[in-house]
Order: sequence, then C-alpha cells, then structure tokens
Amino acid sequence: MIDTAVAEASQPVVAVEGLRVEFDTDDGVVVGVKDVSFRVAPGETVCVVGESGSGKSVTSLSLMRLVEFGGGRITEGRLLLTRPDDTVLDLVEADTGVMQNIRGNEIGMIFQEPMTSLNPVFTIERQLTDGLRVHRGLDAAAARKRAVELMQEVRIPEPEKRLSQYPHELSGGMRQRVMIAMAMACRPRLLIADEPTTALDVTIQAEILALIDRLKTENGMAVLFITHDMAVVAQMADRVVVMFRGDIVEQGPVEEIFAAPKEEYTRALLAAVPRLGDMRGKAAPEPLRIPGAAEVAIKPAKTLPAESGPLLEVRNLVTQFPIRGGIFQRHVANVHAVENVSFTLARGETMALVGESGCGKSTCGRSILRLIEPTSGEVKLEGRDLSELDDAALRAARRNMQMVFQDPFASLNPFMRLKAQVAEPLTNFGLARGAKADELIAELFERVELPLEFMRRFPHELSGGQRQRVAIARALAVNPKLIVADEAVSALDVSVQAQVLNLMMSLQEERGLSYLFISHDMAVVERVSHRVGVMYLGRLVELGSRAQVFENPQHDYTQKLMSAVPIADPRRRNKGDGRPFRPLPSPIHPVGYKPPPGEFVEVEPGHFVLKLDD
Amino acid sequence: MTLPRQLTSTKALIGFTLVFGILLIAIFAPLVIPADYATRMDMRARLAPPSMAHWFGTDQLGRDLFYRVLLGARTSIVIATSAVLMSIVIGLPLGLVSGFFGGRLDNVLMRIVDTLLAFPALLFALTISAILGPSFANTILAIGIAFTPFLARIIRGEAMRVAQLPYVEAARSAGASNFRLIVWHVLPNIMPPVIVQCTISLAFAILAEAGLSFLGLGTQPPEASWGLMIQASRDYLDRAPWTALVPGGAVALSVLGLNMLGDALRDALDPRSK
Repeated sequence: MIDTAVAEASQPVVAVEGLRVEFDTDDGVVVGVKDVSFRVAPGETVCVVGESGSGKSVTSLSLMRLVEFGGGRITEGRLLLTRPDDTVLDLVEADTGVMQNIRGNEIGMIFQEPMTSLNPVFTIERQLTDGLRVHRGLDAAAARKRAVELMQEVRIPEPEKRLSQYPHELSGGMRQRVMIAMAMACRPRLLIADEPTTALDVTIQAEILALIDRLKTENGMAVLFITHDMAVVAQMADRVVVMFRGDIVEQGPVEEIFAAPKEEYTRALLAAVPRLGDMRGKAAPEPLRIPGAAEVAIKPAKTLPAESGPLLEVRNLVTQFPIRGGIFQRHVANVHAVENVSFTLARGETMALVGESGCGKSTCGRSILRLIEPTSGEVKLEGRDLSELDDAALRAARRNMQMVFQDPFASLNPFMRLKAQVAEPLTNFGLARGAKADELIAELFERVELPLEFMRRFPHELSGGQRQRVAIARALAVNPKLIVADEAVSALDVSVQAQVLNLMMSLQEERGLSYLFISHDMAVVERVSHRVGVMYLGRLVELGSRAQVFENPQHDYTQKLMSAVPIADPRRRNKGDGRPFRPLPSPIHPVGYKPPPGEFVEVEPGHFVLKLDD
Repeated sequence: MTLPRQLTSTKALIGFTLVFGILLIAIFAPLVIPADYATRMDMRARLAPPSMAHWFGTDQLGRDLFYRVLLGARTSIVIATSAVLMSIVIGLPLGLVSGFFGGRLDNVLMRIVDTLLAFPALLFALTISAILGPSFANTILAIGIAFTPFLARIIRGEAMRVAQLPYVEAARSAGASNFRLIVWHVLPNIMPPVIVQCTISLAFAILAEAGLSFLGLGTQPPEASWGLMIQASRDYLDRAPWTALVPGGAVALSVLGLNMLGDALRDALDPRSK
C-alpha cells in the first residue's frame, strides 16, 4: 500500500473538482451528483462507496464523459486528467476526438456485468486487439502477441485457445478477466472499476480483487473502484469516498473511515454490514443493530421444542434437467442440479442453504415447493409426502409453504395494485374476501412496516426494500409454516437488507415460522441461521449447526468458501494473490451416469460432512 | 373523474381526433350524402385534377373522389375493424394457451400456425373468400382468419416470455390456478405489444380488403371502398396521381390516428408510465 502522505504529495492522475451532473427528465431537472471533489494518485486505490442512487456510477461515467450518453449533463466542475506528457487536461472541455483517444487508452474501464459487456458476436481476440490497433497502431500479428501477454497477465489458462473463442464459451469469472485484460491493454494511467465483482461468486470475486490489486502495484496505475460493498472497500481501498444521494458524505484513508467514521451515515452503513465471524460463540441468530433508526427490541429468535417432529423432511432429493440435442431432440445428457440432498427443518428454525451460483441451491428450494418437479426423492411437510399430491392437493398444500423471491423488481406483477397482490393468496385459498380481507391486508402492511396508503399503489412506485416487504406480506398472508427465502435480501442495499433481515427474524420469533434461507452471502447466513447446509455441484457437502459449520468447517469447499469472503475490516485483509484459476467442474453428465455414492460422516453430533470415495 | 395524463397528451389528442373524425364520417356520410354521389359518372371530367367542382378530383370514370372517399369510409372501416377484432378473438386465447403451457400443445398449435403463416395472408384470404363466396360478412371472415396466425404467433411469444417471469411463479406459489395466472398475471402484461400490433394490422386489413375487391371477391364495384379506389388508381398514377393520393391519404390518416391512440392507450393502461 502506498503511504497516503506520499500519494498526496505527488501529482494526482485525476482530480475531480466540484463536479455537478444534471439529468433532464419528464419531471424536470434531476441532480445526479453535486459538488463532488476528490483526487486519485498514481498507485492508489480510491473506493467510491454508496447505496443505489448515491451517484457513484454517475461520477465514474462522468470521468469517461460517458454520462452524456445516458442523458446527463456536466453543468459545473472540472475533471483534471494528467496526460502521459504531464500536461493537465480538463475532460469537461475535451472534444469528442480527444475523448475517444483517452477512453480505453489513458483511462480503462471495467463494468459490472461481464455477461453483457462483451459483444457476443466477436471472438475474444477481436475484442481484445481492437483497442491496441486503434490506439497503439499495432498490426494484427503484434496485437495478437500482445493479447496473449495480456491474457497471461490476468492469469487466463491456455490463452491461445481462448483467443479464438466467443464470450459465451467462457464462464463469468473468465469474462471479467477478459474485460480487465481489455481495460489494461493500453496500459491506462487510471482504471475505473464499476462494481466489477458484484455479479460474481465470492471465490471468483476474491481472485478478481487480488488481480486488480496486483496489476495496480505492478503498473503504478491509479484505480477508481466503485462499489456498494463495505467488505470489498475494506479489502481494496487506500482511500474511501462515501457518497449519499449525489453528495460526498465523508472521505479519508480507509483505516480512519472504518475505525472512526465521523458522519452518522457512514456509521449506519458500517453497522448494517454483517461481518463474518461476528457471531462466534453466540447460540442463536441475532438482529442487526441499525443506528439512526429507533432501536428495535427483538428478542433473539429461539428454536421451538422439536417434540412435535420436524416440519420439513427432505430425503434423497434429486432434480435433473434433460438436455436434448440432434435433429430428433434426443435426450443426450442431464444437468444434475440437485443430487441426493437430505435434511430436516424444525419448527421455528432457520436453515440456510449456502453456495455459489449454479450449485443447485435455488433449484433445491423450488423442488421442495414443487415449482420444479423433482426427479426423485421425498419431501415431507408435517409428515405428508408432497411428491404424491395431485395438482389440486398441491395447491392446497402450498398454503403452508410460501416463497420470497430474489428480485423484488420482478416478483411483483407491474399491472396489479399492491393490495391485490397481497390479497392474492387469500383469494386463491378462499380464506377471506371483502372487508375481512381488507382488514387482514391492512394488518399485514402494518406488520411489515409499510404505510397503509401503499395498498393502493403499484409496484414501480416503491423502492426495492419496500417491494420486498410487500413480497413478505404476501407470503405471510396465509399464515404459512414454512417460508422459502431465495436470495431474498441479495438485491437490496445494505441498510435496507439489515432492516428486512431484522423483520424476518422478528416475524420468526412472533409466529414460529421456519425459514429455508437460500443465499450466497456467508456473512448474512451466519447472522440469521440456526443450521447451515453448504451446497457444491448439487450436493450438500456439509451440514450442521451454524457454530459447527462456521467455527469448525470440515469440508475443503466450505473452507475455501470461508477464506474467500471479504471481511469489512481493513485490518483483516485476506488477499492471497496468485490463486490459480480453477474452473468449476460441470454438473452435466451423459444419460445413465451414476453419481458416486457419497457417504455422510458425522464428525461431531449433528455435524455431517460428505466424503466421496474417489 | 379526471383522465389519466397519457390520455390528455398531444399525441393522444391528435389520435383521438383523427379516429373520432373518421368514425363520424363512416357513420354519418352514408346517411347524409345520397348513395349515388359515389357512382355518378361525369365522362367529360375524367381524371380531372382537384378543382372547385371536384374538390379531390375525379377518377377514370369521372366519379367524384371526394364523395367516393367519404362514402367508402364505412365499408373500409367496418371490414378492417371487424376482421382485426375477429383475429384477436381467435388469436388471443390460442396464443395465450400455447405460450403459457408450452410443451407438446404449443408444438402442435404452432406448427399449424406456421403452416398457415407460410401462405401470404392475402392468398389465404382469397382462398377462404373464394370458397365461401363473395359477401360483406365473408370478406370480414376471410381477412379475420387470414390475420389470426400472425397475431397468435406474437401473443404466444409474449405469453411465453411473461409466463416464466418471477411474478408469475410467485403467484403460482401463492396458490393461483392456471386460469387465474393467465387472466390476471399474463394477459395484462402482454397487452402493450398486442395493442401496437393491432393498430398495424388494421392498416393491412384495409389494404387486404382492397386486394380482395380487386379480384372481385370483396366490395363489388361500383360501390366505393378505399382499397378498391387505390387498386383502381394503379393505371393512372402518372397522369392522375390524386386518384391514389386521396384514398391513400385516408388510409394513412386512419392508421396514424389509430397508432397514436393505440400508443396513448397502451401508456394509459400501464401503471408504470404514471
């Protein structure tokens, strides 16, 4: 890390002074950011952190003068860029030709979505060499040679082979590496990374963060890192700029921001982040403290006595999706999405399924509710086998098991008033109508802390957190015993996430609900669950109480997962560089493939670890 | 009650005025103007350009285009609207069911639709019309059936997209029946593209009627319809372009009006645009 004093003394690569960006909308002028000033020195990482709508992306897009393509106007301020010849240019004044030369050449940019920021119809070679040929005037052979070097630099295995491939042939982590290689192609003096790891799994995130850090040190490049994730900030930043609603709240060295935040908002933001390891030695889940908001007195949720038998029993659940190919659509292979999963869930308990994308955790949750038909296995709710029910009986059984979905923007019908959406299950199960239903819905809105006038509104009028409250109210309407929460808080800002988690915990305590909490976020899982199942390639590889799994992880994969989680504490950086890139094995197997029979070993009472005999 | 903002925008007002005006003409022109004004020939003024005597000029038989376009409105509008309504009545349930359930049912239905799509809509209408015999009702039936596959295809695609969205799954897990899912959750969400498609279909239906008439299966001469007038103008385009421009302008204005009204309607129905 560069000493801050040194960094300030040297000429900054870029200095933003009094930036103000306005957007013209139907409802008049909206200010995107106002009076934003900061500087980035060579070899320094400045993290701009804030929640959605804070203006952090507008700031980064302004630097590239890309904000104009999104309808924004830079109305005040200067964006001073130090050029390679040590002259200083105000980017606000630069004309289109100059900007085109600067973009990708002096300033490189990495975007959030590796899946969509590469053009699907061009090979990796074409996309990687484009910038080199334009900005550096290299011929095809030289550009290709340089491209191979770049691929090696970002640690992509078999670079020659990759060059001739198309984006869809690469995994998300690989694509993000290609994006970084593209951004690095012309050795920019400033790298802007806008949420570069948000769409990636935690183990891949750790690799990408380490990579950016290494490239920065090796090239003395300045990095402007945009993120919403305080844990990533703690891992990456030299200095931090905290933004809120277009304003800078606070800026300073990372240790200072984390150890002694001056502003109320920064403190709230930090308090809302669950940190892995915070729950060490605690018996039950505990609500998060939210400073600023009135302290909610929630007793720690407790497990109900198990004498009445488990609520949910899952035995040997298998879900496979057929892959068809050839002209006759023959069944050629299977995706083994869920492979032999067994667990039980007690009343009033939260069981978390945790794992990375594609591990089958969501499919597992949907198979339990039979929103997807499982291939085989048994799911018993209160002793009743769901797999034998016909359509009508299954619909009736869903009364006891409801679901809260990940994306609050997509899980509500945009054409229906919220009242009608919460009433949906009441109507469907014929539980209440007319005035009685109205009364029930009003109670639910109060319980999830939404104003009653929202009942007449449409989903688009609400924020993400408010919508997720509506989704929870809808799930609660029929008084279910089990709620499957599929990444229910992943799409929310941290402060909102904390509120929704607290709401879920207090509802559990109040109504004796059981949650099947599906998440990729280890820190959140540690906070809310009684028991944890770790999934990898469709299998449950480790299962035990929260303390057992988090404090004494036994399976290799669990350990790998835990060590990759960024911790929101700059003193506990866990950057191990040079992690070799290991692609995830494929869960696709030919028809008739028998997965190796795994055996669960009980390492301590209630703590099971999968041992495969191979 | 005040109208939603979308229905008071300039676009909506222009659209509404045009459509309302054309409807008025279609309803009242035949009541006010004697029917023979459209067929009365003036052989001395054949292909006369617009003048005080003939405001929109005359056609090759010296018939006054102003009266013909006014009196032709009813035929064109009634046939086009009824035909499009009919294609919605058949195509909407077909497309919804096919797209929502998918699988084998979808495969069978869509192969049938694809087969029908392989024939040009006009040829298809012509066949139906030829089998059923020329009449006003059969013309509507023929165009309506001919336009159905295209609409069904669009609705099916939209229904398929919407059916796999999380809010449909959410409603299913809240115990909604398939019927409820289709009517309450899929249908409203596929309406925007369907409305736009219908306004475009209306224009094509007016022209399709012309094609049928030209081949002697739609409106029978000397009765006037816009399509028939456009067809008849074909041989005189170089000498008397107004013979095409007058009915063409009428079709264009109707389509423009419907399109703008359709857009406004779509926005008004969508709660997100408020």
